[in-house]
Amino acid sequence: MENTQHFLTGYYRDSVALMQLSSKLAAQEGVASASAQMATAANLELLVNAGLLDQVVPARPNDLLLVIRASTAAHGQAAFEFAQKTLDEKPSGGGPEKPEPPRSVEMALSAHPESNLVLISTPGEFAAAEALKALKQGLNVMIFSDNVSGAQEVMLKTYARDHELLVMGPDCGTSLIGGVPLAFANVVAAGAIGVVGASGTGIQQVTCLVDALGEGICHAIGTGGHDLSEEVGGITMLAALDLLAHDNNTEVIVLLSKPPARSVALKIIAAAKLVPKKVVICFLGAVEQLDGSNLSYARTLEEAAMLAVGLLRPSRKLSLTGRLVREKNQLDPHRTKGFVRGLYTGGTFCYEAQILLQSALGEVYSNIPTKGVKKLPDLWTSVGHTILDLGDDVFTRGKPHPMIDPSTRNERLLKEALDPQTGLILLDLVLGYGAHEDPAAGLVEVIRQARESAHKGGRRLEFVGFICGTTKDPQGFEKQASTLRGAGVILAQSNAHAAEMVQYLVTGRLL
Amino acid sequence: MNNFLTSKTQVINIGLASFSPPIRSHGGTSVDLEWRPPAEGNSASGLALAHLMNDGKINAANQVALERYQAAQPILVGVGVAREELKGLGPRMLLHSGPPIAWENMCGPQKGAVLGAIVFEGWASTLLEAESLVAHGEVKLDACNHHSAVGPMAGIISPSMPVWIIENTTHGNRSYCNMNEGLGKVLRFGANGPEVIERLVWMREVLGPTVKSILQHLGPVALGPLIAQALHMGDEVHNRNAAASGLFFKKLTLAGLEILAKLDARKLKDTLAFIAANDHFFLNLSMAACKVMLEAADGVENSTMVTVMARNGVDFGIQISGLKGRWFTAPAPFVEGLFFSGYSQLDAARDLGDSAITETAGVGGFSMAASPAIVQFVGGTPADALANTRRMLQITLGQNSAFTLPALNFGGCPAGIDVRKVVDSSILPVINTGIAHKLAGIGQIGAGITHAPLSCFVKAVEALALKGVN
Repeated sequence: MENTQHFLTGYYRDSVALMQLSSKLAAQEGVASASAQMATAANLELLVNAGLLDQVVPARPNDLLLVIRASTAAHGQAAFEFAQKTLDEKPSGGGPEKPEPPRSVEMALSAHPESNLVLISTPGEFAAAEALKALKQGLNVMIFSDNVSGAQEVMLKTYARDHELLVMGPDCGTSLIGGVPLAFANVVAAGAIGVVGASGTGIQQVTCLVDALGEGICHAIGTGGHDLSEEVGGITMLAALDLLAHDNNTEVIVLLSKPPARSVALKIIAAAKLVPKKVVICFLGAVEQLDGSNLSYARTLEEAAMLAVGLLRPSRKLSLTGRLVREKNQLDPHRTKGFVRGLYTGGTFCYEAQILLQSALGEVYSNIPTKGVKKLPDLWTSVGHTILDLGDDVFTRGKPHPMIDPSTRNERLLKEALDPQTGLILLDLVLGYGAHEDPAAGLVEVIRQARESAHKGGRRLEFVGFICGTTKDPQGFEKQASTLRGAGVILAQSNAHAAEMVQYLVTGRLL
Repeated sequence: MNNFLTSKTQVINIGLASFSPPIRSHGGTSVDLEWRPPAEGNSASGLALAHLMNDGKINAANQVALERYQAAQPILVGVGVAREELKGLGPRMLLHSGPPIAWENMCGPQKGAVLGAIVFEGWASTLLEAESLVAHGEVKLDACNHHSAVGPMAGIISPSMPVWIIENTTHGNRSYCNMNEGLGKVLRFGANGPEVIERLVWMREVLGPTVKSILQHLGPVALGPLIAQALHMGDEVHNRNAAASGLFFKKLTLAGLEILAKLDARKLKDTLAFIAANDHFFLNLSMAACKVMLEAADGVENSTMVTVMARNGVDFGIQISGLKGRWFTAPAPFVEGLFFSGYSQLDAARDLGDSAITETAGVGGFSMAASPAIVQFVGGTPADALANTRRMLQITLGQNSAFTLPALNFGGCPAGIDVRKVVDSSILPVINTGIAHKLAGIGQIGAGITHAPLSCFVKAVEALALKGVN
């Protein structure tokens, strides 16, 4: 072990700088220990106590003392040169100050006091707390997250109602406020139709079809899928209806829901009756209606869009056939043998298809059965006509939603193709912000594999689908349509229309 | 009526950052939070916190607490003897730093200091005897903070020690701190050899009485302006007290010379030499000043303002104004920093001492911008020091305009830690501090920066939520 000492004159440094130098020196190759200190009497004594100096030497308080203990003289010399180089270095500038990103709603609001909405997509267990903090700051909230308890939803929505704020969600996939898309939304024209939906894909379907019909949307307000339950009582739909009723840009209002609780549906219809604007109501699966001169009822999402545009432009002839890929008369109703397997990524599409197909096809199974449909006993094995919502938690657990990550549906599709009873596969393809950047490309590859495996079994598989999107969406409606068409998918103009085609192919009858 | 639909959509986005670009490209604005689950990921505590956030009663209570802290005037009124000044200090009681702790659980330096103090008080003649006394419960131990007192590092205050007496002339409360022994082998780092006891005796017999006489002549010394001046001279009055110690020394020297006739010249010279040799002499005054200001803010119902942060080398404890006297503790962290030659992290004790009272009051680490030299302990730059101070503004209720920082354009230091803001943002209070050797008696082995552990703040929020807002 080589122990060397160097006194350096003209290098006064404060103790912190010297402690830094000591630690850098100690980290040099071959250095066992090192010290850089001003050679004051006190420091020299410390060095003796620490065993770095054998004896106290005369103090030289204005000189810097380096003590280096190295394994070889060469290492010691290198460390000494390193120390000299470090001491002679010019300090670099501090660099520009970078603002730190906000860590809480409170911090973000103090930096951006003009904020008026907090969009929450945290894991569900944390979402209610963030929402409450936002509400308590007087901010509106959209909760994309799911897995928020009913009690928490009621707590948040009650607070919001009492403070004239809006809570969209939990489990709210889509909103469009003044043309600004929130979460999963399509790029649609601006216009005079306002939508309130307890269904993300329902909103997407109606806004896309309104766009396809040449009209536009002013606002689409998602309420979250549980808003029309008995427990929540439609608090957000009532609040949103009121906002649209008072909104100067809104001329026609569309209310959408998956199958609602009866009492809640009636409460909302009663409120809608009092609105001095035309209101189209599309509560899937609900049979009760209240008469009102301003109310119209739609059985399907497509019908809701048609009615809304019709009410806004009574003289216009409406047609969606521009989106049709094949007319019904080009279809051969006897080509399809076997059962229908609906593999949906949109939950509302799944409900709508069940409602439309159960009367035509008889026994239908689903993981989210609506009235008259049977619960699929084993969710992983289809039985008879089965229509699935693959965005349901049981399928997505630990994975992104199938609109983002298609693997859940792809795997199921290949599994259905191996089932000799499968005759027709019904699919949705959702475009817009948040969705997969090119969903058709991956899907047609899986369709090819599915056809191949059916072909090996001597069977033929039919594919019917529709695209929920617009020509302005980032994925491009035309590009997606032509990819699917190229794979032989029969494309319908809407989900309702797709269900109609399926019925025709299976039964030969029209709805 | 909610004007949400007619206003420009301006979003705070928590979670998926991919939601922001479409908002921006369609005429809205969106700011992404750097979000992490609050309250250490305990969603129940996080929800309890949400109920406390922006609560009108809490906000009003915090305003009261903050105003009381700001209105407090810490004045050094004299030097006294601990047993005569500190309420509740029993005849055979020793005070220690941090939250309460039993003898057997104390860290090495605190144990060493307890034994040294027992010998110093003459309750035992050897350290072995001292250990037997304390182990048999014949010496009572209590936290300094229970007696309006604070002590650096081991923080031992024994009955015959001289103490600084600080009075808040606005509200009339008093606080106390022992006198600083200097560096090297000292009691506060657990050293307890003969030279340590000798120095303590000298401090009791000479330093205390001499300074007391000088102060009697000098009159009350306002510590607020002195701290404010030191903050403009490169101190943050926790880990760097060179300027403040110099300023205080100037005051004492002239006053001492003025009453030279009444004093023993040798004792005055020794006293001044002792003070002049110690750049940390002012630390104990800074701590007591901070304590008296924060105690003025204590006991305001519903207030979430932190009034104490203290460590005993095992636990880190905090107290909040609205739950007066209750400790919320978590294991004390280690300190990241630089070590004196011959020592490393392996030798270090956990964070120790009542000196985090300075950060609680908005100086120390919170005023790091005033003292860029400090940030070098963790290899930082002056920009980092400023960033630390700015970050602390996010977890404090306001700024103390009595303590301005040039780097903040002479804005006040961040003051009044709000437990809610800490738990909500997970921004932890930053603390500048010395590092003690984990064994008794070796002394200071380095200095650096550490952060208060989050879980004591979470516990405080949980206790507040349980108690409810009245």
